[in-house]
Amino acid sequence: MTASQRGSVSPEAGAEETPRRPLGAARPRHGEKVVKGFLALCAALSVGVTIAIVVSLLTPTIGFFREVSVVEFLTGTQWSPGFARGEFGVLPIVVGTLTVVVIALLVAIPIGLLSAIYLAEYAPRRVRAVIKPALEVLEGIPTVAIGLFGLFLLRPLAEQIFPFMNWRGDFSIGVAGVAVGLLIVPLIASVSEDAMRSVPGGLREGAYALGANKMRVSLRVVFPAAISGIVAAVVLAMSRAIGETMIVLLVAGAGNPNLSFDLARGAQTMTAYIGGTATGDIATGTTVYNTIFAVGSLLFLMTLVVNLFAIRLVRRFREVYE
Amino acid sequence: MTTDKDAPISGEMPRNEGTDATAPADPGPDADGGPGTGGAAGTENLDSPLHLRPAELRGGGEVEHRDKVFELRKVSVSYGSHRAVGDVSMDVFQRNITALIGPSGCGKSTLLRCLNRMNDLVPSARVDGEVIYHGENLYGPRVDPVQVRKVIGMVFQKPNPFPKSIYDNVAFGPRTMGIKQNMDDIVEEALRGAALWDEVKDKLTSNGLSLSGGQQQRLCIARAIAVKPEVVLMDEPCSALDPIATLKIEDLIRQLKDEYTIVIVTHNMQQAARVSDMTAFFSVRTSEGKRTGELVEYDDTEKIFSTPADRRTEDYISGRFG
Ligand SMILES: Nc1ncnc2c1ncn2[C@@H]1O[C@H](COP(=O)(O)OP(=O)(O)O)[C@@H](O)[C@H]1O
Ligand SMILES: [Mg+2]
Repeated sequence: MTASQRGSVSPEAGAEETPRRPLGAARPRHGEKVVKGFLALCAALSVGVTIAIVVSLLTPTIGFFREVSVVEFLTGTQWSPGFARGEFGVLPIVVGTLTVVVIALLVAIPIGLLSAIYLAEYAPRRVRAVIKPALEVLEGIPTVAIGLFGLFLLRPLAEQIFPFMNWRGDFSIGVAGVAVGLLIVPLIASVSEDAMRSVPGGLREGAYALGANKMRVSLRVVFPAAISGIVAAVVLAMSRAIGETMIVLLVAGAGNPNLSFDLARGAQTMTAYIGGTATGDIATGTTVYNTIFAVGSLLFLMTLVVNLFAIRLVRRFREVYE
Repeated sequence: MTTDKDAPISGEMPRNEGTDATAPADPGPDADGGPGTGGAAGTENLDSPLHLRPAELRGGGEVEHRDKVFELRKVSVSYGSHRAVGDVSMDVFQRNITALIGPSGCGKSTLLRCLNRMNDLVPSARVDGEVIYHGENLYGPRVDPVQVRKVIGMVFQKPNPFPKSIYDNVAFGPRTMGIKQNMDDIVEEALRGAALWDEVKDKLTSNGLSLSGGQQQRLCIARAIAVKPEVVLMDEPCSALDPIATLKIEDLIRQLKDEYTIVIVTHNMQQAARVSDMTAFFSVRTSEGKRTGELVEYDDTEKIFSTPADRRTEDYISGRFG
């Protein structure tokens, strides 16, 4: 039936010439241009915002360096820009920031990487199904909560654990570093775990087939193969630690910029200085106002250097599989 | 960790020599002569392009090559409730090349991975029946799969060199076994054994992944033999390679037979005919929508390709299989 029908239809269709379809557009497609323009605008907006941030940082920074020499700023060891005869040596708060970053990484790298290895290589599927999302939630925990936790729990706890240290006041830069470390553990763990999971299973099998045990497979094959992702995780975490404000403001305090390197006492970091000083009653154009932006620019530069360095490192260590 | 030299897996070997169901009836010295035990059916098959010269070592009086390395007794492997391959009974002989052939999905890889307990890495996999290795049950309670894999190495379908230097790739296995001395010699010997030394001796520090596919696979073979295993399992080692690289690997496999017992999975029948001494043909049985692989026929390669006993084997090797 159908076959004969079809057979009869097709010659008719052939006879009844189908009109050739025109190749020119029926009407100009304005919609397409609008969409394209809108998308371009969005892209331009994000670039524009970034440029605006840099410019807004730069203008007051330039103003600042008209009053204070770059050398004095970068090498001075006294930091008291708020006073009438202010000192503008940024080193104390740079050291404060670096202290926090180093301690945070010392805490977070081992914990984060060991968790990542556990999750990627050892954890039973069910355990992983619980812990991995939990880590991702922890990444989004408000830093003010961690700050309070640091101030009211970690700080007294630290005094009990290390009674021989020179605890004074309510603040401690060391505890602030630990608290920031806790903040970035989930980030390091989760990103490194992704990197290790994406190592092809064939590499693991190859190592197991040589009589390697699980630890050797994890540490000597999977870990090095994932190193570029792991370095990326650490750098991301480092940028986050450099820029962290709320925790250090709460736990390390905003005052007492000093070069004492005493972990048991409060100290100021660059972000804490900015966060503590930039209140509504600062007049635009004053030296203090300009100082905030100078510190901001330096912070921006430091993060930039870390990121550039990381990109090179990742390229160098990249163990490409495939 | 145990560092004892005799791996616990290779204990005494009560060997079961002498006649056995699968032993060839006719030790005809000249394989090209062909007819062997075959009757009328054999003559037909001689015209087939698939009837190629089986490997050497057909020579009479070779009792040694009939020493059993593996005895499989009613081995079945299931993934969860799916039985992938069932009731396989066959013996694998020392310094023989044993080929496993059959359509895709019939469980060749699955069975092969039982022989060095790689299936232990798949949580859902379960092995029933007995795999006897030199008289010892490979799945016995005191057998450590990690030790097993040091004695029974494996080469995979897709070349999987580690993203490390050529040297470190080869040294990985020996280092896993705790060997520290004479590493240079070990690496050289393994690379020579894998017919790769001349091509890489000047670039041992370059990444294993910089080699061509065929070289990578020979690197993987070098890596496997660097630990001096007794058996090398190969899962379609040439399927990702071009014809020239394939021929090189086949040459190499034939050479390796002098020192190693080789079990090779292939779905290239000419390859099985070219390199192997014994061939096992597997097929899939479908019942109630479940596909289970089964051993159809196991015999001398010459016999399988000239006068197969089973109709399904004949159909498969003559290309009549769908
Ligand atoms: N890791 C696994 N998990 C579950 N099923 C598997 C796994 N590996 C193989 N199988 C199943 O086992 C059967 C045999 O597969 P395989 O041994 O790879 O066959 P072959 O190597 O002969 O092509 C197939 O049905 C496949 O789907
Ligand atoms: Mg397979």
